[in-house]
Amino acid sequence: MYVAVKGGERAIENAHRLLAQERRGDPAVPELSLEQIEEQLTLGVDRVMNEGSLYDRELAALAVKQARGDLIEAIFLLRAFRATLPRFGMSEPIDTGAMAVSRRISSTFKDIPGGQVLGPTFDYTHRLLETQPDAAPDVTPAAADASLPKMPRATDLLAADDLIERSPQGCDDVRVGDLTQDPLRFPADRDLRLQNLARGDEGFLLALGYSTQRGYGRNHPFAGEIRLGEVEVEFAPEEIGFAVPLGRITVTECQMVNQFRGTATEPPRFTRGYGLGFGHCERKVMAMALVDRALRARELGEEIKGPAQDEEFMLSHSDNVQATGFVEHLKLPHHVDFQAELGLIRRLRAEFAQAQSAGDIREAAE
Amino acid sequence: MSSAAMSSAAMSSAAMSFAANESAPLLIAEGLTKSFGRQIGCRNVSFDLHEGEVMAVVGESGSGKSTLLQLLSMQAEADTGRVLYRMRDGVTRDLAALGEAELRFLARTDWGFVHQDPALGLRMAVSGGANVGERLMAVGWRHYGDIRQAATDWLARVEIDTARIDDRPTTYSGGMRQRLQIARNLVTKPRLVLMDEPTGGLDVSVQARLLDLLRNLVATLNLSAVIVTHDLAVARLLSHRIMVMKGGEVIESGLTDQVLDDPREPYTQLLVASILQP
Amino acid sequence: MNAPQNTPAYNFAYLDEQTKRMIRRAILKAVAIPGYQVPFASREMPMPYGWGTGGVQVTAAILGPDDVLKVIDQGADDTTNAVSIRKFFQKTAGVETTTSTHEATVIQTRHRIPETPLTEKQILVFQVPIPDPLRYLEPRETETRRMHALAEYGLMHVKLYEDIARHGHIATTYAYPVKVDGRYVMDPSPTPKFDNPKMDDCAALQLFGAGREKRIYAIPPHTQVISLDFDDHPFERYRHDGTCALCGAKDSYLDEIITDDRGSRMFVCSDTDYCEGRRDTGETTGVQQAKADKGASVP
Repeated sequence: MYVAVKGGERAIENAHRLLAQERRGDPAVPELSLEQIEEQLTLGVDRVMNEGSLYDRELAALAVKQARGDLIEAIFLLRAFRATLPRFGMSEPIDTGAMAVSRRISSTFKDIPGGQVLGPTFDYTHRLLETQPDAAPDVTPAAADASLPKMPRATDLLAADDLIERSPQGCDDVRVGDLTQDPLRFPADRDLRLQNLARGDEGFLLALGYSTQRGYGRNHPFAGEIRLGEVEVEFAPEEIGFAVPLGRITVTECQMVNQFRGTATEPPRFTRGYGLGFGHCERKVMAMALVDRALRARELGEEIKGPAQDEEFMLSHSDNVQATGFVEHLKLPHHVDFQAELGLIRRLRAEFAQAQSAGDIREAAE
Repeated sequence: MSSAAMSSAAMSSAAMSFAANESAPLLIAEGLTKSFGRQIGCRNVSFDLHEGEVMAVVGESGSGKSTLLQLLSMQAEADTGRVLYRMRDGVTRDLAALGEAELRFLARTDWGFVHQDPALGLRMAVSGGANVGERLMAVGWRHYGDIRQAATDWLARVEIDTARIDDRPTTYSGGMRQRLQIARNLVTKPRLVLMDEPTGGLDVSVQARLLDLLRNLVATLNLSAVIVTHDLAVARLLSHRIMVMKGGEVIESGLTDQVLDDPREPYTQLLVASILQP
Repeated sequence: MNAPQNTPAYNFAYLDEQTKRMIRRAILKAVAIPGYQVPFASREMPMPYGWGTGGVQVTAAILGPDDVLKVIDQGADDTTNAVSIRKFFQKTAGVETTTSTHEATVIQTRHRIPETPLTEKQILVFQVPIPDPLRYLEPRETETRRMHALAEYGLMHVKLYEDIARHGHIATTYAYPVKVDGRYVMDPSPTPKFDNPKMDDCAALQLFGAGREKRIYAIPPHTQVISLDFDDHPFERYRHDGTCALCGAKDSYLDEIITDDRGSRMFVCSDTDYCEGRRDTGETTGVQQAKADKGASVP
């Protein structure tokens, strides 16, 4: 005899216990520490900070561990945590021009003041899986070069000759948009677009940025500059009236130099795409810059040919926390609605069968 | 019918319509000007259009005729000049002063716009019947049977096989799509129809049939129309009056037969002389 | 594991007061304009988008310490997601919870309206995945916003017309669009169309929260709600034509349960509280009494 399904709560509790067990894995294997994750899975932690929209390496490492290495799950954990934090204000804009650079390259010039500094990069490694146990790397820390040469931005050099459009000046009385405080409406201005892209899924931006290079809204990009390093975060409390430093964060910045454009009244200049992210995230900021430039199609009067240029499409689907929530919600019970569909399809099939047999009878009669 | 007979038929119907409509013009264009950067779209175009009148705007590509149509239908904003329209309550209003809601309502009920490419004026993903019925549903028709009957009637009027009512326009031929677009526009009995090269891109025999249909519908429904075309034969067959445009300006205008039989401007003479004689 | 420095202390019902204020403002706007989708700045919640964050935010904003909360999914209190959400509020608000529709003051629901008629003392909070009824006809928000503002709903009827032309029937079986207070066309959330009439002139306040899409809308008590249809193809209320195998109800929405691998099936009330209530009061007629293990089963 059928009995109504019960026991959902017990099932959930047991599932959580099993999850905790799986998370720990084989007890004979040493447990990962947060420091290990922070130090040795740095780039994963950086991605979680970026898309989690929160700069806290320790918390991001914790999220990675709690999520068993599933980075989107970790991003979700960090975002949810962020939502509980009180906000006490907005920092001053960070000055990436004053960055303590550890890596800086430009593809538009062979050499520039400050030089091409390769820094820690996978770029020229040969992708050979190294099965030998880690040879202890040379752990003598290089002496910090206190006297790094000045590193003006390559794009600023172009701007000095008026070859590239000027970055729009910030205006003190215009409030910068904030996605986390106001719902996104379309059309969206560039500040909101960039914010959306900064926390957008790296894979999504990578694919759509790639599509622009393959012709779906091509904008002729050159990597004007990519730089990685530490910048100071400053905050100006109303009570004291001037900015005080809060600390330093690591960011990666990409300036793309794109298809030039002139108008009836303005001489041709190169246009820009911009990307910025927490930690070391070159792929992310480059893809972001490509998509940023693509989304400027409307303001630059360009024909919209590819999905990367479609503002509503891009900004509505870039958030992987939203995306995974909705995709995975299909796992929730839907049997009530399915029941309704079953009712309709059965009725239509019955009518179809009736029409068929009526047709057969007619044919037989003829 | 010989061209002389046709033109006298057109002239007499024009004379009849003028006599019947001594009332104020339906559509007034005043000094319409629009440029795109340094490129002139159209400059200082003015005319009056009365109920039941059909005016052709002819010219080659770049003459400004399409820009003019965009301005008349409020799809683009003029730099200077006004478009005035006499609404159903008898009051003539500056269209630029109307709100978006009113303009969209007019576009759905009182006006028609026939695109050169019918796919632009149709919903290709829904059936022919739904395409014709949409405007009715938008103004509140709520009886499926009535909507379907009205759609069926209109398909018949534009000579589309009514058995195709549930087929999508993607399965229709070019000529059929164009006729469907016309039906979709006329179902709410608009008073003014704007047409952009309505026979462009169609086979010659299909064109002839379509022109015949348009001529009958315009006369039966007492429509006013502005028809943009580069084809003088279309102008001759459908319109009472004609405006010839070149380089964004109106260089000659008047009664169609008079202008085409006795063009005064050299450019008009050139256009007329270029018509291939059958 | 090391504990992080900033372990938060949660406010009553999880959301901070600032956020609650923001949501309440949106709710007030929604009640003032029945059926209109009010944008709000949805917060990340501890459950995923698509799993009820909109409903949870609305509930969190209106819950008070004396409220009695019921949470259902597919009509049942014991489905996993309903359990999860109920536990969330038990943990963060400490409010009394119940499975009884009659006793609840706030009911959060996914995909069903309870069979038991609601009263003026109650609020029904719906979880909504896609708030805009026009979304599948017109994906661009810029365009649908204009259509709602200008009451241009012709496209909606085109869809219904196409259904009839193609299938002979309107083919929407759930999330069936309604016109609210004679003005806005609204998506009632994926409730089966069977439940649509319950929204009309309902004594309770009905609130709808879409977290991922960031919209809140509302139907104030005793508001007119009409399902869209044609005069000659009127709205039909579908339910499987049968009786509940457990309580004998002939008027409730039924779930189809497949009981063996030869495809035998039985039908039971989707609304578990309604079903139990009928069994408790012995209202079953001509049906074998089910040996419901009531004692052990209530969570």
